[in-house]
Amino acid sequence: MSLHNKTIRELSEDLHNKSISSVELTQHYLDRIEKYDSQLNSFVTVTNDLALEQARQADKLIAQGKATALTGIPIAQKDIFCTNGVKTTCGSKMLDNFIAPYDATVVDKFNQAGAIMLGKLNMDEFAMGSSNETSFYGPVNNPWNTDCVPGGSSGGSAASVAARLVPASTGTDTGGSIRQPASLCGITGLKPTYGRVSRYGMIAFASSLDQAGPLTQTAEDAALLLNVMAGFDTKDSTSVEKDVPDYTANLKQDLKGLKIGLPKEYFGEGLDSAVGDVIQQAIDTYKKLGAEIVDIELPNSGLSVPAYYVVAPAECSSNLSRFDGVRFGYRCDDPKDLEDLYKRSRGEGFGPEVKRRIMIGTYALSAGYYDAYYLKAQKVRRLISDDFKQAFENVDVIMGPTSPSVAFKKGERSDDPITMYLSDIYTIATNLAGLPGMSVPAGFAHDLPVGLQIIGNYFDEARLLNVAHQYQLNTDWHTKLPDGFK
Amino acid sequence: MSLERDDVKKIAHLARLAIDEADIPGYATNLTNILNLVEQMSAVDTDQVTPMAHPLDAVQRLRPDEVTETNQRDHFQQHAPKVEDGLYLVPKVIE
Repeated sequence: MSLHNKTIRELSEDLHNKSISSVELTQHYLDRIEKYDSQLNSFVTVTNDLALEQARQADKLIAQGKATALTGIPIAQKDIFCTNGVKTTCGSKMLDNFIAPYDATVVDKFNQAGAIMLGKLNMDEFAMGSSNETSFYGPVNNPWNTDCVPGGSSGGSAASVAARLVPASTGTDTGGSIRQPASLCGITGLKPTYGRVSRYGMIAFASSLDQAGPLTQTAEDAALLLNVMAGFDTKDSTSVEKDVPDYTANLKQDLKGLKIGLPKEYFGEGLDSAVGDVIQQAIDTYKKLGAEIVDIELPNSGLSVPAYYVVAPAECSSNLSRFDGVRFGYRCDDPKDLEDLYKRSRGEGFGPEVKRRIMIGTYALSAGYYDAYYLKAQKVRRLISDDFKQAFENVDVIMGPTSPSVAFKKGERSDDPITMYLSDIYTIATNLAGLPGMSVPAGFAHDLPVGLQIIGNYFDEARLLNVAHQYQLNTDWHTKLPDGFK
Repeated sequence: MSLERDDVKKIAHLARLAIDEADIPGYATNLTNILNLVEQMSAVDTDQVTPMAHPLDAVQRLRPDEVTETNQRDHFQQHAPKVEDGLYLVPKVIE
């Protein structure tokens, strides 16, 4: 079996029993990136020299018997995580030449674990988008059909793992930005509970929603990555002070008696029926594994997109006010005065979608409108969250499609923000409630991958991973590799 | 509701964003559509609902008032567009 068909757990075994070295493994993936990424555009920066240097260090640690599960394993970071000494662009012209003066906590933790960074992955500008078409560095192509989008905003993270240019990557999820691209690219993606993973050094979009997580081939690999990523961080005031379990510990548990809630709102109008059929087959698999299906309702979930498009833009308009052309980032040429400096630096540095969202947020927060928009959205957010609370009194997990459709053609939705926003109709509610959610490959519709979404209760990531792992033991959708990248 | 040309200009000014005159009609249409989408929220009665500021209803954590940061001015200013003698340079503000 080729190296890139192996999971991280398998590669980790190979490294530990020294049948391969980290340098060999790293070079294998660097060669694949060199060979294939021109078809995908999934990387903004490839860090060849740094990766090989890290790999040599990792091989030393392994020889000394000091290795952890991820020592010597190559990964790549979404270009939203600050990396000391390596360019961090956030997919924006605004940060085209930005080299962060420090590492994000997530990056630091992977370094401590001995993981290798192959590079920084393309993404929608400032994580605002559902197709990766808003990136300053151009769109990312879906490896299953390069005319299609990979989803977004973690489009590079999903496409690179789907094409096995890297065994796993990191992403961030504000309204579906890990789960939706994972679904559209046929890989496994996990958004943890809000506050589970430190946001320090992760460029902020909407601070009450943003959360980082892994994109991997399997649930088992996601557990290995989350073991490293999760945990309290004094540098992030929203990170939660709560012990981190070993996420691999419960993977083997059987699913007899597991109660799965199916929200009727996730199977109604707007869902591609071919996608619905795939999800139904996945549910049938769970029934065979001993799970019990419970019909539930999330009556306010229809309001999640409207509430999100107040909360997220409002917070983004505030967070992105830091880009002023003075302290770092893009500055316009020959400003005539300070206001001209601000306006033109921002006007020229940000792309159209980012500007749209800043303007919506600015409007929603402007004098006289706060109660009608932001406060109203926060109240609706409570209703959405209460729906989930009630549902979890009767079920262990909630399942449904991750996305209402499979990957769509590039350009198809980019002129109409509303259609684009509706790509995240099933994922956004989870962010508003702060709950953990996963997307797991469940089959194909129209020859493109379909993801099953699994939503859990607060801090129930171990159960989500268990539920996903058991499915992957009984199906092989997660092992499928797109033609042309084998 | 519908945003007009002047509304867009005003919002862009508040956000300190220079936008091209030619792009204003496009923004007006898109922003209006987004606000109409958002408007769906007004169908629900939320008078008795407590606003949700944080998913876990957490409050700001406090720490002892001790200096924990070291001075890294030169390091941070390496990537600033224009600096001199440790100061950030901007166009003249006071005549």
